[in-house]
Amino acid sequence: MAVAKRIVLHFPKRVVDRAIVCRLAKDYDLEFNILKALVTPEEEGLLVLELSGEQGEYDKGIRYLTETGVKIQSLSQDVLRNEERCTHCGACITICPSGAFELDPITRRVAFYNEKCVACGLCIKACPPRAMEVHF
Amino acid sequence: MAKTIDEINEKIKQGKAVVVTAEEIIDIAREKGAKKAAEEVDVVTTGTFGPMCSSGAYFNIGHAKPKIKLGGGRAYLNDVPAYTGLAAVDLFIGANALPDDDPRNKLYPGEFNYGGGHVIEELVAGKDIRLEATAYGTDCYPRKKLETWINIKDLNEAVLFNIRNAYQNYNVAANTSDKTIYTYMGVLRANLGNINYSTSGQLSPLLNDPYYKTIGIGTRIFLGGGIGFVAWQGTQHNPNVPRTNKGVPRGGAGSLAVIGDLKQMSPRWLVGTSMLGYGCTLTVGIGVPIPILSEEILGYTTVTDAEIFASVTDYSDAYPTMKPETLGEVSYAELKSGRVKLKGKEIPTASLSSYSRAVEIAQTLKKWIKDGKFLLTQPVAPLPGVEAGIKFKPLKERPIE
Ligand code: SF4
Ligand code: SF4
Repeated sequence: MAVAKRIVLHFPKRVVDRAIVCRLAKDYDLEFNILKALVTPEEEGLLVLELSGEQGEYDKGIRYLTETGVKIQSLSQDVLRNEERCTHCGACITICPSGAFELDPITRRVAFYNEKCVACGLCIKACPPRAMEVHF
Repeated sequence: MAKTIDEINEKIKQGKAVVVTAEEIIDIAREKGAKKAAEEVDVVTTGTFGPMCSSGAYFNIGHAKPKIKLGGGRAYLNDVPAYTGLAAVDLFIGANALPDDDPRNKLYPGEFNYGGGHVIEELVAGKDIRLEATAYGTDCYPRKKLETWINIKDLNEAVLFNIRNAYQNYNVAANTSDKTIYTYMGVLRANLGNINYSTSGQLSPLLNDPYYKTIGIGTRIFLGGGIGFVAWQGTQHNPNVPRTNKGVPRGGAGSLAVIGDLKQMSPRWLVGTSMLGYGCTLTVGIGVPIPILSEEILGYTTVTDAEIFASVTDYSDAYPTMKPETLGEVSYAELKSGRVKLKGKEIPTASLSSYSRAVEIAQTLKKWIKDGKFLLTQPVAPLPGVEAGIKFKPLKERPIE
């Protein structure tokens, strides 16, 4: 059975990301499409991938990634904003590595673009009133 | 022609007062000129909504049967310790208080998910709060243990009492070190990765009355969604600082101690807040009305973000080690543009205080006054001004032999 999933890979500081991802194709015959790649302020590497292949190989590929120290998160983990709690301060704007927050220069309210979010989780604890929530 | 507070109050009662916000007055004065604007406008409303650490609340829980004396004992509200150095059933809880078993920064950066500020928010929201207390027992107060739910509606008094709020201007924070730091000014990324500030600038109460000519002890204000009063100058009130030629302090200066009945406040304007790696606090909404008694006072309220400056302080070094040097001076207009140039670098900026909610406070206060629900007060005593010659002292440590 073939599978195709969107996942977020968190690379610790010293792991070379590209090489690892290429092995997914070579050793496990998986196809990948890099949707987003960035480095967070803590210098953790973040890669959002669409990964597809045979279920058995896919599982092996994921196991391989876990063994190299890469943390894997499914993109179905959705980061949402609790609109009741958000005070529109703006503290998240310079925290988010993917630019998912934007300050409206006129209303001074902070817009959150869920589609830009790569679920890195950085804003969750950095939002002072804790308005950002992970939903599974 | 100069006006008096009584005359303005008379107009408020008749529903005839002209009230505008500290943002709206800028254009009005530009169009009409200061003289005409001062004649026409009666009140300018201000607002600010940001984390204010020196906040707290006290309350009287009523006597239990048999009686218990919490004074000198221990008391916890939802596991957060409350101060018991008062009489039998009076408690004080500060916004920064943390449960004894909170890991704090042992797991760095600490998350600080729940503390005194959150207890105050939940209390105001009408939620039941778990009180657990122990005492030593006396002949007249024999009981030694108390475990009960309490609710704000059953308390005899519940009073918000913040000993330093509404700082008149503040440091702007950055980090020149090579690692992310976690501060009360938010998460500061390495190598000047971001700059954080916290003020409502041109809407901020004390920036619109820089010499405290109208705001004084006894001034009635918007506090936490209800009505409160200025109780005293705030701690660290320090008027003697460098100022612009319009009198605006170029850094932290005056501050207010404020007080009000917690029972009529709202959790929308008192929000429990967690600063990653730093601690818990309370985000407080404050709005102060400024009576336009003269053209001079009007002039102060027309201050714009471009005329308010603050120093960028390095929180990885100068701040913790008390060094006076700064990284440069920037205006709030620059900070609010989202980027500032500093040390040859374009640095993204973010605010910890909410400008849009500050506007909402100023608008709410304006509506209260226009509807005749809120009258202005003549301060019973002024706040210490520049002439008071206050010196803000650092701690002089004296070794204990
Ligand atoms: S940091 Fe939190 S409260 Fe502030 S604007 Fe962002 S989501 Fe809203
Ligand atoms: S989890 Fe938060 S910080 Fe991370 S990408 Fe999404 S919005 Fe940005």
